[in-house]
Amino acid sequence: MRMRTLVSTVGVAALALTAAACGKSEPSAGGSGGGNASDSCGQLHKFTTASGVDVAGSPTFTKIKSAGKLTVGVKADQPNLGYKDASGKRCGFDIEVARMVSAGLGLDPDKVEYKEIPSANRETAIAGGEIDYYVGTYSITDKRKKQVSFAGPYFIAGQDLLVRKDDTSMDAGKTALKGKKVCSATGSTPIQRVKDEQLTEPSNISEFKTYSECVSQLLDKKVDTVTTDDAILKGYAATAPDQLRVVGKPFSVEKYGIGLPLADKALRDKVNSVLAAGEADGTWKAIYDETLGKSGSDSTPPPLEKY
Amino acid sequence: MLSVLTDNWKLFVDGFWTTIRLFLVAGVFSLVLGTALAGFRVSPVPALRGFGTGYVNILRNTPLTLVFAFLVFGAPKMQIELPSYFWSAVTALTIYTSAFICEVVRSGINTVAPGQSEAARAVGMTFLQVLRIVVLPQAFRAIVPPLTSVLIALLKNTTIAAGFSVAEAGAIPAVMAERGENQVLTLVWITIGFLIAIIPLVLLQRWAERRTAVA
Repeated sequence: MRMRTLVSTVGVAALALTAAACGKSEPSAGGSGGGNASDSCGQLHKFTTASGVDVAGSPTFTKIKSAGKLTVGVKADQPNLGYKDASGKRCGFDIEVARMVSAGLGLDPDKVEYKEIPSANRETAIAGGEIDYYVGTYSITDKRKKQVSFAGPYFIAGQDLLVRKDDTSMDAGKTALKGKKVCSATGSTPIQRVKDEQLTEPSNISEFKTYSECVSQLLDKKVDTVTTDDAILKGYAATAPDQLRVVGKPFSVEKYGIGLPLADKALRDKVNSVLAAGEADGTWKAIYDETLGKSGSDSTPPPLEKY
Repeated sequence: MLSVLTDNWKLFVDGFWTTIRLFLVAGVFSLVLGTALAGFRVSPVPALRGFGTGYVNILRNTPLTLVFAFLVFGAPKMQIELPSYFWSAVTALTIYTSAFICEVVRSGINTVAPGQSEAARAVGMTFLQVLRIVVLPQAFRAIVPPLTSVLIALLKNTTIAAGFSVAEAGAIPAVMAERGENQVLTLVWITIGFLIAIIPLVLLQRWAERRTAVA
């Protein structure tokens, strides 16, 4: 009979949660309280749309021109990077970079069509023409270069740890992870690094689809730390500064690039020149200050890799 | 094409082994709970019937991902602790699948002629005896194919656990994407893996159908 009581409790509770989950699934980044300011997107940067742009020999650009619009792959759950607020507005550094490139390609950045593509599907979406380019904490690696090409890097991040504010046991960085419960996105590079370098025991590793879910587990004390690029973690820490903080000992170098179709060298060169122009005229600095810069840490544009 | 599999052999073996374990544990629990629920739904006690009906209608209409989300994200906030993400997944799959098994078993019970249970009761059997000795054995004969379908669905539903920190077959594409392996070939191999996993179920169904054939 105990089973029956348990089952009925769970059944009713599941129903209750269903209703609750539907209500607040969008701005879940804030977890249990804390962030208000960054839960909704403010004004976006104003770009001047270039005119008379032509990218000779780029099949993607021809497609964009005939469709009259750009489709850009982004993330939607990374505050101050790639974020979609409760009203459906998008903002963050990655979004601004996507808009800057759009303006540079001669298309109105306010008319960019966004598609949320999870990390695991990025290569497929780019190769299959589902999106024209991808801007979403996409690290340039040699393996990925075989499937897609990259413009950039437009930002350099490093793997770091997000912990509960009062927890100082991991302040030494990655060497302090032994015996700690570590969470990251399923199959992601940061969690594979934790596994490869055996920073903690395999049974202590949890993997969820999104970092928001890891942050929720962190706030519920089901895990001790969330690890991924510091840029992403700072965004979360900013939404709940009373409960969370970033340790600040990065232990990798992640160069964020714009993912483009592999064969389209012409478009990559064009996007690189748009990025270079943005870095030179101060636009890069301006959009950084309006987004990630709000966390208080400064940054400078990295040199482009024109491979 | 083969190198996609052989280069990542350990990932595939670990993933599918977790899938099989999830399936077997949740499958056994679901059969037990589902049959018990079917018993509730045909029992002479109105409260049990009401509970069975409520359970089936709620769980059958709740998306499985929400059942998972409740157990993994909601339950901790309500001080309900499950030992690990694996057991959260087993629990979610069990309470979901048993609603479907309940209905399959109940439809089987309806195929048993009313005279059978009336006769059994006439010779003095209790409700549970009637169910266990007379009705359920005949019911199960009628439900072998639909029950197999529910179990095959359970096997595929285990992939949802990938989103809730259980590294089974459904988690393989994410790792392969980060390793820079071909996504389409990865999916082809996962499909082949599931086809292989389903073969024993199909054979079991054939065997059960032959054994219980009336004529």
